[in-house]
Amino acid sequence: MTRRRIGFDRRTLLTGAAVTTVGMLAAPMVARSQGKLIKIGMPTILSGRVAQLGNSSRNAAIMEVEKVNAAGGLAGLQIDLVVRDSKGQPQEAARVARELVNSDGCEILIDAEASSGAFAVHEVARDLSVLCLHTNSETSSLSADPKLRLPHVFRVCRQGIHDAIVGGAYAANVAKTRNLTKWMTASPDYAYGRDTTAEYMEYVKHFKPDIEIVGESWPKLFQPDYTEVVTKILQTKPQALYSALWGGDITAFIDQGNIYALFGQMETFAVNLADYTALTAVKNLPQGIHSGNRYIKTFPKTADNAAWADAYRAKYHDYPTNWSWQNATAVHFLAAAAKKANSTDGKKLAEVLKGLTITSPFGADGKVTLRAEDQTLVGYAVGWGTTIPVEPYVPEMTPGDWNQIFALETEWKKKKGFI
Amino acid sequence: MDIAALVSCLSSPACIVTQATGGLIVGMLLFLVAAGLTLIFGVLKVVNFTHGSFYMLGAYFALTIFNFTGNYTLTVFGAGVATALVGLVFERVFISRVYGQNVLMQLLVCYGFILIFDDVVKILWGPEFKSMGMPPAFQVPPIFIAGGVVPPFYLFLVGVTILIGLTLWLVIDKTRLGKTVRAAAHNPNMVAALGINTGVLYGLVFATGGLLAGFAGALAAPVRSLTPGMGFSILIESFIVTVIGGMGSIVGAFVAAITIGLIRSFGSLGFPLFTEGLMYVFMVVVLIAKPTGLFGREVG
Repeated sequence: MTRRRIGFDRRTLLTGAAVTTVGMLAAPMVARSQGKLIKIGMPTILSGRVAQLGNSSRNAAIMEVEKVNAAGGLAGLQIDLVVRDSKGQPQEAARVARELVNSDGCEILIDAEASSGAFAVHEVARDLSVLCLHTNSETSSLSADPKLRLPHVFRVCRQGIHDAIVGGAYAANVAKTRNLTKWMTASPDYAYGRDTTAEYMEYVKHFKPDIEIVGESWPKLFQPDYTEVVTKILQTKPQALYSALWGGDITAFIDQGNIYALFGQMETFAVNLADYTALTAVKNLPQGIHSGNRYIKTFPKTADNAAWADAYRAKYHDYPTNWSWQNATAVHFLAAAAKKANSTDGKKLAEVLKGLTITSPFGADGKVTLRAEDQTLVGYAVGWGTTIPVEPYVPEMTPGDWNQIFALETEWKKKKGFI
Repeated sequence: MDIAALVSCLSSPACIVTQATGGLIVGMLLFLVAAGLTLIFGVLKVVNFTHGSFYMLGAYFALTIFNFTGNYTLTVFGAGVATALVGLVFERVFISRVYGQNVLMQLLVCYGFILIFDDVVKILWGPEFKSMGMPPAFQVPPIFIAGGVVPPFYLFLVGVTILIGLTLWLVIDKTRLGKTVRAAAHNPNMVAALGINTGVLYGLVFATGGLLAGFAGALAAPVRSLTPGMGFSILIESFIVTVIGGMGSIVGAFVAAITIGLIRSFGSLGFPLFTEGLMYVFMVVVLIAKPTGLFGREVG
């Protein structure tokens, strides 16, 4: 009996190994061209106290991705949105973002983190040179500070300085009409609360210099009881109150303030109230509280905006939030950029995104722009109005003036040394 | 620091009434949670870290019962009883297995259940915050006492809490059951040797702790937002109250809770940036002067 030699020598083995290795390395590109798929990673907060906002970010992005895919995808590639939970922790946001790119093969990041996580993801985007769109961080320095600016990173959301200018101008008008000179603030004691409050009061004073801040209260973030804050306000007797409390904190504050009849004794300006998360949760929403728009379907008062909100509600049986419209806008920008560039390459998309203007249901005049100079969103609907206890909750909004925003923002940037 | 504001307040009856009422409210709710915590520790020698979760469950039970019935009295009782049942089952099935074991094992079991209870709330009620709203009977303007503002709901809350506290004291101090509980706290082996079923007794004590936390959650629900994990912050403050009052002392918990409430209320005027810190300073001072707490006893 002769032993039959198997045709599997060292040369064949090495050739096979080489072919396999090349094949494995080339697999994503082959799959991409044949399977017509592009992965977009989304780190966001899906657990903990901010989970409602993270979920609403994911929902809005999915809703828009489905539309883009139905219309042929991103430059012909179907979008596969990969969403991961950061639990609201910056270090986890950075880890998840890195994993989305390195392990999941995501070529674009939609960073749906709050500010603390966004700065962490920003560094990952710097390190991995991946196209990244921040969609929820409102901290102005993220895009205003040139030291942080990266050619492939954009901010597709509102920001603190814009809100402060619009809010300050609105409040000063109310203050002039009703002669409100004694103001008090009650905001959460962390970076966002302190920065937002300082910027807001700075612009109220800019437009009405004779106001005086007679008291401040800084409750902890997520503090369960605001009785001491309410009674302090009662003792201080201001004519106007500003608060940057948000989410469950603003609803608890309103519930506890209501039983002291607090809101009938002064004009209250609550920047974060006009969002469905808070508006629908407060059972006894007082009439006449001034609030900045976060997201409501009646502002901008257009058929497109109302239709978008209705579609979201029909799909998820829930209201969209401020984070929803911002993440939807990010997908809109990616779709428009891919169409214009006819590519999904990150560098090409980044070049096109700079200065890109798109039609949008969330634009002040039906359009929004990613301003080229600092790669940030401008032209979105921003305004203030007063509450009523039932839908539409804030029937009339006074829109902000974008020319005024641009002028004062430039002054602010000069003062900060950003330009 | 704004000492002038504090002095100005202390010289005004209206301000004293408003601030004292606010302090009493915070203190009363803290007392209800801390009383259960200290009762369980006093008898079972278990530091029940899940106690904040019972407070959370009480608030969520209240939300559901109120939405179904619209009756706030029924809501408070229902939430208390439902939480007591959860406490009873939790003690019989899980905690009873770690009696006498290393405190780290007890801590691990409790911590695990904090996460489980939070997730159960998320599954049943959703991850978003909820607001129960003020019952219609209390949607009335505040009343004025000596010029100070006092919401009627807070008067109700103080009254109910005092009633619960007095009932607890009467049961523990004046009844046969209370004597048995105190005896079990002192010497469980002797109580068992006398033919008393300590298992049932322990379950009853744990359920009472749950009942008190459930009452606290239901009483807080109209004015606080409900979120998964809401029990954690009150748990920390309840521990401070328990330590200041003396571990195992219900009277101590009452005195400490009211003191903490008043310190917070008046401290927010005089020390607006150090209101939280005042609570810890008070605890440190008490522990230096009396390491067992205000009403605690030396062990051994």
